[in-house]
Amino acid sequence: MSVLEIKDLQVSIETEQGKKEILRGVDLTINSDEIHAIMGPNGSGKSTLAYTIAGHPRYVVDGGSITLDGQDVLAMSVDERARAGLFLAMQYPVEIPGVTVSNFLRTAKTAISGEAPRVREWIGSVRGAMENLRMDPSFGERNVNEGFSGGEKKRHEILQMELLRPAFAVLDETDSGLDVDALRIVSEGVNRIKAESGLGVMLITHYTRILRYIEPDRVHVFVNGRIAEQGGSELAHRLEEEGYDRYLKAGV
Amino acid sequence: MTATETTPAHLTSAEPFVPIQTRSERPTSFDPAEFGTPTGREVNWRLSDIKRLAPLFVDEETETGDDIGIDYQLGELESRGLLVESTGHDTAPRGEIFRPEDVVSAIAWKRCANALHIRLPEGQVQEEPVIARLIGKGADRHSNAHIVIEAMPGSVGTIVLHHSGSALYAQNLEIIVREGARLTLISVQDWEDDTVHASSHQAVVGEGAYLKHMVVSFGGGVARVNPSMRLAGLHAEGDMYGLSFADSGQHIESQVFMFHEGVSTRGNVLYKGALQGTGARSVWIGDVLIGNGATDTDSYEKNQNLVLTDGARADSIPNLEIQTGDIAGAGHASATGRFDDEQLFYLESRGIEEEEARRLVVIGFLMEIVQKIGVPEIEQRLAEAIEEELRRGAGLAPATKAGA
Repeated sequence: MSVLEIKDLQVSIETEQGKKEILRGVDLTINSDEIHAIMGPNGSGKSTLAYTIAGHPRYVVDGGSITLDGQDVLAMSVDERARAGLFLAMQYPVEIPGVTVSNFLRTAKTAISGEAPRVREWIGSVRGAMENLRMDPSFGERNVNEGFSGGEKKRHEILQMELLRPAFAVLDETDSGLDVDALRIVSEGVNRIKAESGLGVMLITHYTRILRYIEPDRVHVFVNGRIAEQGGSELAHRLEEEGYDRYLKAGV
Repeated sequence: MTATETTPAHLTSAEPFVPIQTRSERPTSFDPAEFGTPTGREVNWRLSDIKRLAPLFVDEETETGDDIGIDYQLGELESRGLLVESTGHDTAPRGEIFRPEDVVSAIAWKRCANALHIRLPEGQVQEEPVIARLIGKGADRHSNAHIVIEAMPGSVGTIVLHHSGSALYAQNLEIIVREGARLTLISVQDWEDDTVHASSHQAVVGEGAYLKHMVVSFGGGVARVNPSMRLAGLHAEGDMYGLSFADSGQHIESQVFMFHEGVSTRGNVLYKGALQGTGARSVWIGDVLIGNGATDTDSYEKNQNLVLTDGARADSIPNLEIQTGDIAGAGHASATGRFDDEQLFYLESRGIEEEEARRLVVIGFLMEIVQKIGVPEIEQRLAEAIEEELRRGAGLAPATKAGA
């Protein structure tokens, strides 16, 4: 049982016009085996929260804390956070020319578990995970994200999550750009991993579509860098009908 | 059958090869005196390490009898019958297509009495690559060589010139790919760091023929390898690949010229370089010329450099000149940058430590070329060399962000 705790988190970025505040005091606690949906209009700070948890250098933490089972996440480097059990499925995964998927996966697995996986077992688990995600075995020989379709990129992110077995995963708009079939496959993957390992999930999304496949325990509505409303999965249904206008008009 | 009978008429034309425009301004001559001594202001010496190259500007008798500065280990060529009796100045095919374009090349021509002549026999397929080893015997030994590599019609083969040791070496490569032949030629500069090497490669590719040309430079104080390829025949095709890794104090240069002369030719130029350490320097000048008769040409050239630490400098100058509007496509690109922060972030966010992430990115960057070599022994040696370079650079601070 693990807990990811975010307290009064304030984050800004440097722009050409100077410093821009994005997160203005976010409080959020996620336990193992829980799914929290973070919803909100564009520009409300959802992705900033995701990248701040992962430690992207562009985001400057001005205040507050993030802890994982009491450990100070903000004091950790990007790779240390991953080894501590955090995972970010990115909205726009980056191409790494000349590095094959299989080489990348093995290198990452070795880094996370501190030792090289046993070859036979590893090949088996990669093959199994790829089958689950309906990925062709030849995928392993391609260079990381190079020439991948939108759907392939997202499946590749979930594949990594399945193999690296994090304690907490942040899924940053994993549903964007997916057709119905791909959305279902990816969602099944998330549900399966959660069922097997008690993964805690922060599911960032603009749309409610993915929530038909992944049932959230809690829904948090982000507006203007703060959580404007929280509730159970019924809140998602309400958002589906009403949209975000209500919050924007209220000028939260 | 003599060589000339099987050569397309325009290859054997008595007129010297005079490229148009971009390079036409460069005189060609077999007489070193006509070039004079480079000052560093000339277009083709402007970015070169003139000071260290200076000993190669001296027109002197360099090798007499058996006392030569380079140990040519040609056993493999000999045992497979690919070596032809040495070629004197006036013996064909020496000089069939080669015209010195600078003083070093003219001296190499003049001072090399007997050219090494490698020939792939007509219609024969060499299943295994052939490696010739050229080992320098001393950094104070001025050597000159003219080497003819001739792929006879319909022949297929891979030839590697692997350079190592210490030398002061001027070299010409005259590469003739006759109709329907498919030749892969790889020049590996694995020199010691006190070596100064200037080489001019001139290649002509005949009708329906293909040349894959690769320049791989890791070692050497100065390695200046300037290849040109003329796609002369109908449907001639050529790939020019380059791979370099420049360390502190190394100057690695390639002036590359791809000339589409024939109809429906396809050419591709891709040079990649990594640099690290103070004073590491690379120079790439890539000229592509699509001649006025070269309709239906398909051409692309690209140079990419990865600057790993501060204090290194990469010059990259692509030029594309098109003299006919009726082509299939032409493009060029050049990019010199530091580590891509987003690539590093992606890898690190998967638990991979920063140094390992950098290693992956650099190896991945260079692998694109290594994978095209197709000679396992050389690929293996290169993979080791890249690892060696990275170990050497591990203590150096990574390049600061662009604009910082």
